Amino acid sequence: MSAQRFPYDVKLLVTVDPWAELAKHTAARIALGRCGGSLPTAETLRFALSHAQARDAVHSPLDTVQLAAGLAEAGFSTVTVASAARDRTEYLQRPDYGRRLASPSHVRLVAAADKGADVVLVIGDGLSSRAIARHALPFVLELRPLLEHAGLTLGPLVLATQARVALGDEVGELLHARFVVMLIGERPGLSSPDSMGLYLTHAPRVGRMDAERNCISNVRPEGLPYRAAAHKLAWLLDAAGKLGATGVGLKDESDSARLATAGEGRLGG
Amino acid sequence: MAYTHTIGARRYSFPDLKTVMAKATPERSGDRLAGLAAESAEERVAARMLLAELPLKTFLTEALIPYEADEVTRLIVDSHDAAAFAPVAHLTVGDFRNWLLSDAADSATLAALAPGLTPEMAAAVSKLMRNQDLILAAKKCRVVTAFRNTLGLPGRLAVRLQPNHPTDDARGIAASMLDGLLYGAGDAVIGINPASDNLSAIADLLRLMDSVRERFAIPTQSCVLTHVTNALELIGRGAPVDLVFQSVAGTEQANAGFGVSLALLDEAHQAALALKRGTLGDNVLYFETGQGSALSANAHWGVDQQTCEARAYAVARRFRPLLVNTVVGFIGPEYLYDGKQIIRAGLEDHFCGKLLGLPMGCDICYTNHAEADQDDMDTLLTLLAAAGVNFIISVPGADDIMLNYQSTSFHDALYVRELLGLKRAPEFEAWLESMRITAGDGRLLPPSGELPLLGLFPEAA
Repeated sequence: MSAQRFPYDVKLLVTVDPWAELAKHTAARIALGRCGGSLPTAETLRFALSHAQARDAVHSPLDTVQLAAGLAEAGFSTVTVASAARDRTEYLQRPDYGRRLASPSHVRLVAAADKGADVVLVIGDGLSSRAIARHALPFVLELRPLLEHAGLTLGPLVLATQARVALGDEVGELLHARFVVMLIGERPGLSSPDSMGLYLTHAPRVGRMDAERNCISNVRPEGLPYRAAAHKLAWLLDAAGKLGATGVGLKDESDSARLATAGEGRLGG
Repeated sequence: MAYTHTIGARRYSFPDLKTVMAKATPERSGDRLAGLAAESAEERVAARMLLAELPLKTFLTEALIPYEADEVTRLIVDSHDAAAFAPVAHLTVGDFRNWLLSDAADSATLAALAPGLTPEMAAAVSKLMRNQDLILAAKKCRVVTAFRNTLGLPGRLAVRLQPNHPTDDARGIAASMLDGLLYGAGDAVIGINPASDNLSAIADLLRLMDSVRERFAIPTQSCVLTHVTNALELIGRGAPVDLVFQSVAGTEQANAGFGVSLALLDEAHQAALALKRGTLGDNVLYFETGQGSALSANAHWGVDQQTCEARAYAVARRFRPLLVNTVVGFIGPEYLYDGKQIIRAGLEDHFCGKLLGLPMGCDICYTNHAEADQDDMDTLLTLLAAAGVNFIISVPGADDIMLNYQSTSFHDALYVRELLGLKRAPEFEAWLESMRITAGDGRLLPPSGELPLLGLFPEAA
């Protein structure tokens, strides 16, 4: 408000909000200060960095070779497949392609099929390859002993690129799985570029609806930690086995963590 | 009946009216996904040329979605006001565009015409309009609504303050709410998207907002954006419900996917009216819409996504809402791929809504997998503000930490006020000044520790 004399005092260029203290109550971007009414330079750049990280999470390809090597070292056998979406641009515009296997991958799985396992895990890049690169292996390591304890057999781990959730249906069907679990990178937010989702489907086959799945979301150390997520999934597998179904009929009555039926969105409000 | 148009040696043929509409639509990924988009740029223009020659009346006799099968079509047909339509009844779609841009189409004429227009007419003419036409024609439409303040007056822009929190934490929400109010936002509504569907948690949020509003005598309204059946239950339990919210779409089947019907919306409307909580007006509903919702529910009947969206406005206008906004970029790149498509859709939705008589706002937004960024939002914000949009959505720093998408910030609203001289709702503007938040010219005052609002959090004062 008051006229400043040249040279300008740089400290006075940004108006500081006196309620900065309240930022401890929320991760929301409050008390950012202002220059005139506009955002200060520092926050403009901080926001740009968050958006850049989220964009990179969407667009960086999943390094399946490195992931397969890590899984092999831990004693897992893997198969790598691709969806019918040829590249990221097509993947983003054609979710229908991301739900079906490319034909060479289909052929490969037909060849790999045997009498079938109780559980097939599909590890798909989804919308955040960073989530999968960071969380898939440590999560699977937490899950393995729980499956063994429950007496459930585990099929080969299927690594899938340009994958949507429903791609697991075709994979599970070809491998004669009782359950398919899709580990997939969730749509990144500015504060969570690497969140992994788990989708459990009983008797997978092409054409299953989202209402026939159960979802555990926000799997990452800063959200739902690996061990808690693995226990929740094991609980759901046990309950779904008894019920003979997954989806809206299966309510999560394990402890406190978050579980929702797949396919809920804002417009459903 | 088949429609044909010839360009040079090439004859373009379209089996029905909805195909003409779809092929005439500017390029967008959702229509391509649905298999409805024009196959070449020339085919798109051929469809537009054909559309331009069709009488507006065509849409009164040829339903895009069958009357017998869809209650939204029945609503559109049965509520059509032939007397209001009479002044433009002789025009083709192309003539109608010319008329909209002429001096003859002033605010009073357009307001009188609105009940005579169907969503399909609005969608059809929009397909022939460039972005500047959508802006100019929308600017002439004036839709004023009221609850505890007056929204939509000339030279004004309101803001929905959206203080979402991933766990509905009361202090987190209150902190964002305070931040927004101190930045001069919140005259359209203080509206929370809840993380939980739990009724007692939602009632807590309603009481939180209502207590802040009452304590500081804020001339605004609050809303928790939960399903209409939850709102009905909460009204029954005596929770302080100002506005009833619902997402709506343009076909009966898509609305069924949202768990609503016209009858259910009627029931909710009556229940909200009966509360008589509005002091200046009785517009008690809040609707959100968005292109792609009908396709997403696999309920589009082969009708393009922009026309489906316009049909949602027929649902909305039946209930005289306080607020309607398209959530334009939220749905994702499989429906609106990039900034160009989002900007175009935002302008179309605003124009069609206004032309049909709705108090149209916009959530100017995008997700991180769309080819868009904050620069695109700046562009759409500036264009919509120039077009006279009733309200926009604002979240702290443009980053919604609950819904994981980017909208506009409180700062963005200040930018566009400064740029275009737009004021807030008059009652809210006066309140901000009384709270020593703004000066008489509407600009923020330098910060002071004596802001009464900081009393909400004693530690911050």
